[in-house]
Amino acid sequence: MLTFTVRRLLYGALLLFVIVTLAYLLLYAAAGNVGRTILGPDATQATVALKNQQLGLNSPLLTRYFSWLGHALTGNFGNSWFTNQPVTTAISTRLQVTLTLVLGAVIVSAVVSAALGVWAALRGGAVDRTVQVFSVLGFAIPGFIIAVFLVRFFALGTHWFKPTGYVPIATSFAGWIRTVTLPVIALSIGLVAGVAQQVRSSVIDALRQDWVRTLRSRGLSERSVLFKHVLRNAGGPALSVLALSFVGLLGGAVIIEQIFGIPGLGQIAVLATSQGDVPLVMGLVVAIGVIVIVVNLVVDLLQGFLNPKARIS
Amino acid sequence: MSEAVVSGTLAPDVSSDIRAAHSHLARRFLRNPLGIAALSVLTLIVLAAIFAPLLTSYAPNTASVLNVLQGPGARHLLGTDGAGRDVWARLLYGARFTLAGALLATVVAAVLGIASGLVAGYYGKWFESVSSWVTTLLMALPGIVVLLAARAVLGPSLWNVMIIFGVLLVPAFYRLVYAAVSGVRNELFVDAARVSGVSDFRIITRHILTVVRAPIILQASIVFGIGIAVQVGLDFLGFGDQTIPTWGNMLNDGFTNLYRDSQLVIWPGLAIVLTGVALTLFANALRDELEHSAGPSRRLRRAAAATAAAQAVADPVRPASDTIVHAEPDSSAPAPLLLHIDGLAVGYPQADGSVTRVVDNVSLDIRRGEVHGLIGESGSGKTQTAWSVLGLLPSGGEILEGSIRFDGEDLSRVPSAKMRDIRGGRIAYIPQEPMSNLDPSFTIGTQLTEPMRIKLGVSKGEAKARALKLLGQVGIPNPERTFASYPHELSGGMAQRVLIAGAVSCEPDLVIADEPTTALDVTIQAEILDLLRELQHELGVTILIVTHNFGVVADLCDQVSVMQKGRIVETGPARSIFAGPRHPYTRSLFDAILDESPARGPYAEVRS
Repeated sequence: MLTFTVRRLLYGALLLFVIVTLAYLLLYAAAGNVGRTILGPDATQATVALKNQQLGLNSPLLTRYFSWLGHALTGNFGNSWFTNQPVTTAISTRLQVTLTLVLGAVIVSAVVSAALGVWAALRGGAVDRTVQVFSVLGFAIPGFIIAVFLVRFFALGTHWFKPTGYVPIATSFAGWIRTVTLPVIALSIGLVAGVAQQVRSSVIDALRQDWVRTLRSRGLSERSVLFKHVLRNAGGPALSVLALSFVGLLGGAVIIEQIFGIPGLGQIAVLATSQGDVPLVMGLVVAIGVIVIVVNLVVDLLQGFLNPKARIS
Repeated sequence: MSEAVVSGTLAPDVSSDIRAAHSHLARRFLRNPLGIAALSVLTLIVLAAIFAPLLTSYAPNTASVLNVLQGPGARHLLGTDGAGRDVWARLLYGARFTLAGALLATVVAAVLGIASGLVAGYYGKWFESVSSWVTTLLMALPGIVVLLAARAVLGPSLWNVMIIFGVLLVPAFYRLVYAAVSGVRNELFVDAARVSGVSDFRIITRHILTVVRAPIILQASIVFGIGIAVQVGLDFLGFGDQTIPTWGNMLNDGFTNLYRDSQLVIWPGLAIVLTGVALTLFANALRDELEHSAGPSRRLRRAAAATAAAQAVADPVRPASDTIVHAEPDSSAPAPLLLHIDGLAVGYPQADGSVTRVVDNVSLDIRRGEVHGLIGESGSGKTQTAWSVLGLLPSGGEILEGSIRFDGEDLSRVPSAKMRDIRGGRIAYIPQEPMSNLDPSFTIGTQLTEPMRIKLGVSKGEAKARALKLLGQVGIPNPERTFASYPHELSGGMAQRVLIAGAVSCEPDLVIADEPTTALDVTIQAEILDLLRELQHELGVTILIVTHNFGVVADLCDQVSVMQKGRIVETGPARSIFAGPRHPYTRSLFDAILDESPARGPYAEVRS
């Protein structure tokens, strides 16, 4: 188990290194005259040159890359070109917000889709068809469209929820709920649709297995057969779908945060890429890469927990 | 390899088979109402985009400060937007750009993905490892962030963005084609084609691409939908090319003016939702038909099984008195009755309202302490009878007539909670196929102790002690290790021992063993039969053993009931039936096993 974890982490680090290198070289190759971009068209030649020198842009690209990499390994990602804020500070405050949304969406999706999937698998008939229709709609309609309509009807219509903004949970729990509910719903619906389908078919599949009959023949309660044994066996495939969607969820959060005016990673990603704030973009690439790698590792370990055959000793 | 395959004549035949299957698929798809509806909607949307100039007289980009935010009306069908542009015209022209953009991404992804998938799957080697690495890399990138970065570098061009997105989606096709190609690479018909000198190119196009054609269309429709969603998302964020009308730009404008005119988001929203739903339904219908063509549908299979069963019991019902009963040698007083099945009929209601009977008018008496063999060929209804006693008929099956009296209580009428108490505690079950009857996700220990803790109300520790003792009793050499093992770590014989331990763990009165040795090796069969006999002696438990093998009956049973086509045809003491089988079916079962002359001698014609 430990060797497996270490191997996966090393592999992840290698993957991250490739992504980061490519991103760095491409971004700087395309960045053009950075000093001019930052200072604007009115600045004099001399100040632009001074700015470029301050940013260390006069040394060769590879030298700069290795220097950046060295600093990055110590946790120093430099400062934003535009706000001069340290990249780590800018990202870490926003990372919490985005992770709140994304993890919230994952938890909500896991619970709701497990319930819907099991319900559809057991009841069949009208319940099953309704869940199927919901799945098609949830899969077909992009989350941000749902977000737009949620804002249109709930936030503007009923005033139950805030249409924009974010209140940290530490400040006010009620405020947090009012700002976080709609974005989490918008992020979850597509995920619920996909995972519920998977849960449904794996539960139907598991219920057909011989061991279900044998467990029943031992006099176990239907609840134990279903929620302890069948659901655990059906969990693996559903978890795979959930994991595959995680990267997409990070992307979805970019748009959702924009709609609800939430100061998360997405908002800063939009800002940084549109301004061409290369240090900040690089910080984001690293942050997202690390999240993806960690999530994949956690999912593999969970898979091993659910499915003993997938366990690596 | 057979001569026909080597000669290469088979290859064209197979591929024409595949082609036939595909045209069949297309035809069946056209009969799927949901698929047709989805395809029609998609066609209408495409036509509306192509003939946009005929459907509106307004240009999509003509702004007018005087006509800002007018509601729907005679002059502007759906009103005007925040810049006074006609919404209906923008919707139609927007379809052109939105659909063309998504199409571009799909084409890029499909061409690159199919090509690399074919090369990696067909030739393998280093290209395979590089491709799979690149695929992992691409899948680890959040698309929208890459696109935002690309936009910062390349500027707001719809086409550039869609090309890059196409590259990001290459894995969708690569994985599909790679899996399919590496699957058929070593199929006989591909080998045959290769041996007969067909060029690689021709093999790929004729024999391999035909296999993955339909899944590619399916994947393309999904990718197309994602392409629309991402493109609309970027435009909606304001990162698209604002000079062209797209649904995303319209949504952006609508959202900006949400507080002034909240219906502006609805039109592009509806267009996107309609297209997305139509694409998904199209893909679902295609997937359904694909899955059906892979094998007969579940419904068909069930219908076929039902028909077969119906044929089995098609003869007119005959009274139970037809059962040939061998008299008991009435030397001693018979033990009390434990199980008394009387006139049992089991059936499966069909969709057309009829009921298919798989067990009909079965009566069976089992006395305490005896081993009773229920013998018959597969499909004779013996397993269905056993499952009725356990109250575990497959869904749809029900007891139509008769009673199952167990220790005086009619099991066909007890409530399910009561039945749950009886199952495991008083009636236990040993299944046929050991490996598929253990839950793969839990250790043997958990599966053994869980019922004991419920049925016997013992503590966790005591249940473990009992389980270890039982595992020793059923002949498992290292109980501690097996206790901690998962089912996949056991051999078939071990697993069957575990299942037998599980069956007797809660001290049942009756054990129903459904072909307990059929799935095992011959040497292990004998060991398991020995074990059953030992346990029966030690525990004094009553056993109903379902089998098709007279050897098993001879080895174990005191009493035998012979079952044919859902009915008991002959019953009595094993000794007596072996000495003088009277029913022709019983005799034919004997002939099939005991007749030593031709191994496949003519099966005696049996008239029922």
